Amino acid sequence: MLVFVTRRLLVALSVALTVSIVSFLLLHFSGDLATSIAGPDATAEQVEKIRVEFGLDQPIVEQYFHWLVSAVQLNFGRSYYFQDSVMSLISERLPITLTLGGLALGLAILVAIPLGVIAAIKQNTWIDRLALSFAVVGQAMPSFWFGLTLIIVFAVNLHWLPAGGNSSWQHFVLPAICLGYYAMPAMMRLTRTGMLEVLNSDYIRTARSKGLNESTVVLKHALRNAVIPVVALAAVELGFMLGGSVIVESVFSLRGLGQLAWDSISRNDYPVVQAVVLIIAVFYIALTFFADVLNALLDPRLRVR
Amino acid sequence: MSNLTLTANSSITSLPAVPEWRRIMNRFLGHRGLMIGSVILAVIILAALFAPWLAPHDPYVQNVSQRMIPPIWHDKGTWNHILGTDKLGRDYLSRLLYGARISLTIGISAAVISGLIGTTLGVLAGYFGGRVDAVISYIITTRLALPVVLVALAMASLVGGSLQTVIVLLGLLLWDRFAVVARSTTQQLRDAEFIASAKVLGASTPYILIRELLPNILSALIVVMTLEMAHAILLEAALSFLGIGVQPPSPSWGLMVAEGKSYMFFQPWVIAIPGVALMVLVLAINLVGDGLRDMNAPEGRS
Repeated sequence: MLVFVTRRLLVALSVALTVSIVSFLLLHFSGDLATSIAGPDATAEQVEKIRVEFGLDQPIVEQYFHWLVSAVQLNFGRSYYFQDSVMSLISERLPITLTLGGLALGLAILVAIPLGVIAAIKQNTWIDRLALSFAVVGQAMPSFWFGLTLIIVFAVNLHWLPAGGNSSWQHFVLPAICLGYYAMPAMMRLTRTGMLEVLNSDYIRTARSKGLNESTVVLKHALRNAVIPVVALAAVELGFMLGGSVIVESVFSLRGLGQLAWDSISRNDYPVVQAVVLIIAVFYIALTFFADVLNALLDPRLRVR
Repeated sequence: MSNLTLTANSSITSLPAVPEWRRIMNRFLGHRGLMIGSVILAVIILAALFAPWLAPHDPYVQNVSQRMIPPIWHDKGTWNHILGTDKLGRDYLSRLLYGARISLTIGISAAVISGLIGTTLGVLAGYFGGRVDAVISYIITTRLALPVVLVALAMASLVGGSLQTVIVLLGLLLWDRFAVVARSTTQQLRDAEFIASAKVLGASTPYILIRELLPNILSALIVVMTLEMAHAILLEAALSFLGIGVQPPSPSWGLMVAEGKSYMFFQPWVIAIPGVALMVLVLAINLVGDGLRDMNAPEGRS
């Protein structure tokens, strides 16, 4: 087990390093950063001045190492736009995005697992079809449009919840529903197929033939095994949601990490963009690492590879 | 096995070929989701292809005196503009029809580009294994760790949004699932007898990969293709909605939602129409994908 964890940890670390290189290069080769920062009206001299000021005239490898050495110490430099350090901007916004992601994930799990279990028990009935349709619609709905629809219905027409901002817990309800519905279908389908598989297995037949009542069989014996892959998927989904929250945050004017990234992209504030991309990638890598370890703990067969 | 029976059948007469075709057709007709999905998708594709003939108006012509006319089911709707007009007086139905072209073009092109990249990587990793597999698996893991939406946003804003930019960006970003599926299906077939016999016959590796292996993993890849088409269409809409995807005056559905945003409280149909169009298209593609997967998987043929 220790060997397994160490090996996975090393892979995770090197993936994080590679992601930092790739995101750095992507931004630097997509266009001339100095020209973008200076704006369309700048003269050639102003562009040169900015290039020197931000160290963009240095060789790219040198720029990268300089950035990496500071990034490891959690120093992402200064924002071009605000006169703040990037780290202080991020630490201000990160809790909001994490709250949103956590709420959305919790909501998705609370809906997905019961729905998946019921759909599996009632396979091929109208309940199963309804549950599947609910999932299919969730996968097809553009999240920005769903968000706007929620605002029209629940904020403007019914006045139940606020339309945007982040000053109270009510402000998180609609965004969490919006983001959670996006993550729910995959988990529901996985719970359903997992349950179907488990319910047809030998040990469930044994449990039933022992005369255990059906709810004990389903909840204690079957669900416990069917839910393992769902937990792993939930960790990965949380990673995706942190990256995808940019759209939901911009629809609901939630001042989280995604909105910071989006504003910084429009302001050509690249140190911030780079830092946010790296931080979200590291979160994703960490979450998949924990999912792998958790899976291996619960299922010893996985440790071999 | 199935290859053998097929060649044996076709060499006798053309008669036995009919039941085989019928069997597939019956299975197709018997799968409700696949049927519904294909019909909707076919209608949208036809609407996109024949948009110039179907559209009642020019989608780009503005008419200030005809602004924000509601659709026909409202009291003030007119038959001249069945789905109403937008804030510049452009006919909404015509824009919707032309918008289908944008969504489909981006969905198909991005899925083809990412399919080429992902399949190449996945097949190489699965077939050669060992160090090649280790390197390619590492590339896949790295790609998965990159937040797609953020990277696409940042790059689109640097390169400048346009139809071509969006296609290339999404094509370069969405290949991961192709690679994962191509890799695992290739691994399953690597040691199959027909591959071994092709090797014995002295076939070159590219020949084996392209002519022997690829046709056998194609059905799995087509399912991924539908998923990634849907994914690309939704991402394009999101990019255009945020203003750095397809640029105005193009009638991209995501852009139509963005343009209608400031009117949505009093005229919700301005965002409802393009939003529902997006949802129906993606739903149809997903239904087709799910249906094809059921048809491929023997256990799903119930």
